[in-house]
Amino acid sequence: MDNIAFGLIVAITLGSALMVVISQQLLYSAIALLFTLFGVAGLYIFMWADFMAGVQIVIYIGGILVLLIFGIMLTNKISSVNISHTSLQRRVGAVITLGVLGFLIPMITKTSWLQISSEEPAQTADSIGRLLMMEYLLPFEVASLLLLGALIGAAMLSRNTN
Amino acid sequence: MDNLQTYLYISAILFSLGLYGVITRRNGIAVLMGVELILNSANINFVAFARFGGMNFSGQVFALFVIIMAAAEAAVALAIIINVFNNLDTVNIDDARELKL
Amino acid sequence: MTGDMLINYALGILFFPLISFIVLIFVGKRLPRQGDIIGIGTIILTLILSLAMFGSMLLSHDPGFRHEASFTWMDLGDFEIRLGFLIDNITIIMLLVVSLISTMTHIFSTKYMEGDIRYSRYFAYLGLFTFSMNGIVLANNLVSLYIFWELVGVSSYLLIGHWFEKDSAADASKKAFLTNRVGDIGFFIGLMLVFTALGTFNYAEVFEGVAKGAMSGTLLTLAGIGLFMGAVGKSSQFPLHIWLPDAMEGPTPVSALMHAATMVAAGVYLSVRLFPLFTPEALLFIAYIGGFTAIFAATIAITQNDIKKVLAYSTISQLGYMILAVGTGAYVAGFFHLVTHAMFKACLFYGSGSVIHAMHHALHNLKDHDTDPQDMRNMGGFKSKMPITYWTMLVATLAISGVPLFSGFLSKDAILAGTLSFASHHPQHFLLPVFGFSAALITAFYMFRLIFMTFHNQPKLPNVYSDIHESPKPMVFPLILLSSLSVFIFYTLPYFNPLSDHGWFMELIKAKDSMVPGSPSAHDIAEGMHHSHTLTMILSILVASLGILLSWSVYIKNSVSADTWSKRLDLYYNLSLNKYYFDENYNKYLYQPFLRLANRVSYIDWDLYDKYFINGFGHITKWLSIVTGRTDYDGLDQTIVDGIGRSMGKVGSSLKEIQTGRLQNYMLFALFGVIIIIIFQSF
Repeated sequence: MDNIAFGLIVAITLGSALMVVISQQLLYSAIALLFTLFGVAGLYIFMWADFMAGVQIVIYIGGILVLLIFGIMLTNKISSVNISHTSLQRRVGAVITLGVLGFLIPMITKTSWLQISSEEPAQTADSIGRLLMMEYLLPFEVASLLLLGALIGAAMLSRNTN
Repeated sequence: MDNLQTYLYISAILFSLGLYGVITRRNGIAVLMGVELILNSANINFVAFARFGGMNFSGQVFALFVIIMAAAEAAVALAIIINVFNNLDTVNIDDARELKL
Repeated sequence: MTGDMLINYALGILFFPLISFIVLIFVGKRLPRQGDIIGIGTIILTLILSLAMFGSMLLSHDPGFRHEASFTWMDLGDFEIRLGFLIDNITIIMLLVVSLISTMTHIFSTKYMEGDIRYSRYFAYLGLFTFSMNGIVLANNLVSLYIFWELVGVSSYLLIGHWFEKDSAADASKKAFLTNRVGDIGFFIGLMLVFTALGTFNYAEVFEGVAKGAMSGTLLTLAGIGLFMGAVGKSSQFPLHIWLPDAMEGPTPVSALMHAATMVAAGVYLSVRLFPLFTPEALLFIAYIGGFTAIFAATIAITQNDIKKVLAYSTISQLGYMILAVGTGAYVAGFFHLVTHAMFKACLFYGSGSVIHAMHHALHNLKDHDTDPQDMRNMGGFKSKMPITYWTMLVATLAISGVPLFSGFLSKDAILAGTLSFASHHPQHFLLPVFGFSAALITAFYMFRLIFMTFHNQPKLPNVYSDIHESPKPMVFPLILLSSLSVFIFYTLPYFNPLSDHGWFMELIKAKDSMVPGSPSAHDIAEGMHHSHTLTMILSILVASLGILLSWSVYIKNSVSADTWSKRLDLYYNLSLNKYYFDENYNKYLYQPFLRLANRVSYIDWDLYDKYFINGFGHITKWLSIVTGRTDYDGLDQTIVDGIGRSMGKVGSSLKEIQTGRLQNYMLFALFGVIIIIIFQSF
């Protein structure tokens, strides 16, 4: 049962990711990205990272994806109903990508990965919270500054200068 | 399913797809989607290593930071794209060829 | 006043004039009134600080006061040079003299130089000069002294050549600079001798080393004479006296400041400072140089007709007096004469400036450009037209002639007492007091000749005379101030005896023992001077009145005709008038042979060496170059060098295609590179 569910999620993730990069319609791409992100959240759950799955759904789907769709809406005129987008240098791109993949796959296969088995934790949010507040407090604060900077920067960049 | 390599394969494929998207897409927002895919593949790696490295939560924390960074990056990148659109009336990044002398 | 406070004051005194120089030289022309206010303001600040130091010196009344502060300038292991300040009573008095005369010069110049084309430049240079002169005074070591010494030389050069459009001024500035250079070489040799032997430049440490005998005998004598050579150049002593009369080409206030009161006194100051270092042999040398210069310059001054030339030779003669005093061991008397001389000689120069100014304006109004405004033969009878100038100059003349009640009497008396006591100990050197007394006689004569020719008798040029006016207030004020400072009382307070130099000055400046083992102690010298005091006084009053009387009988009564006597003493008269043909002889026996030698050498260099050797090489090289040039150009360049260039060009233009401006293209190339790297890595 688990295996079937896992296979299904993997298929959804990769299939919709393929859709994201080859779809002719920009909005379709965005919708496909939604499924990919959901799939990745599912994968997190399989990896006992339920908090991360929640974060993935809230931030990626609730935040970034909505932002992307806003971007699409803002940068296309109403008249151009068909929000299509073409691709370029497809063949070369495919070759390069396959080259990278052709390097990664054998590497993953050949490497003997060290694996430590462990029990499924009762809850993850607690441990992540402790880590964030104690060991990674400085990066956490820096990340908050980064977000603030990005917020101000984005507002500065996109404001109407006229 | 309970194997590190499975997740690494998934991550590698997702990475390649994202890369393909970044290289071939003409629309700036679509390029951004490719970037998101790449970031997601990295996150999968982080979480997978955390899961199979004795349930080490540091990996998940790093994935969290990557998501934070992705949010910031998306905001700024979209602002830039909108600015480009306002100035050049297009979001096709191959039309924005100011880099050429 | 505490030591640190003193150092702060000294820093102020040193650097205020420098600030004025920097401001005026860069933006002076754009300032209102061409910025002379800045120059005057800074110099008055300096004067106030000097007065404050002077006041505190009088209040503390400590003859042994000294304060030193220094910092390391360069430190190369064993070789360490420290620069710094030395402040004692001599320094404080010198600072006051320099800033006082400099202030007077600034004030005087506002009128005298009015309308000059380089008005602000002139004030800037005055600032530079005051800065460097104060630097000399404040230095506590020979290196900073040397640096400021040269800076003073530069400012003198610049100011003598202020009107460099006149060839004579440009030549005079060059002459002054080069003549000083001769003396400075000696100074530098002395400096290096001292440093090699003792490893230090600091005065106190040098004296200590000499006292310990680390440097003695001939070496010390040579070092002393070398250092004294600097003084010979700067103080215009025989045989380097030739530059000072020519330096009168500069503006008259400059002559008063530099070539009468302060800069030329730097040589005397140096000798006074370094007195403990001179061996008896060196001192004897110094004494003879000084004594000879005193009489020699005085005999030239008798026959000069240019009012400033007379004063210039008089200055040389008076400087000779001071040097003579140092040589006979009475160096405090020499320093005393330096101070009093600064006052009355500056006053005399300002007076001459005032006269020249009046003459100049009168001649200008008459559109007469041929008459020399400085020639005393064109003057006469100015007494009624310029009363203030007359009376102040008369006071200064009385002072320089050594008439009692005036400062010059006290200091000159002290010097002559020193020479007499020296001669009584060493009868074989009887010439020194003879030089001294006869110079005093001649001085009185020629100074009154100047006064009589300028201010008395009938006017020689009546139409000029009718247009002569007293000078404006800024020019008269320095005259009055300085002439009143020529009265004895300012130097003898709190005592009122016009015949004795006993006063605050002699109480605060006490002679130090020479550091050279075997020299007479300061006490012995003072004792000897005390013994010969009465005799000196009688003699000096006698010669002064004799000189004045003689002058009166020649130029007022006309009972003795100057013309007849000059004819009778034809040979001597011509010698004196032509300054003993020094310039001509230097020209004939030094410069011309040197020029001939230089010509010979240049003939060897140009016509022999260059023509055959160098040019021969040149021809061979040229021929070789042509051959190599051919092979190079036709053989190598056309094929290999240009070929590489062309192929590079082709590669480049094909690679140019890569730059598309498309971001994703670039990324593709980058990835392509990554893959290539990976492939190389994995095999």
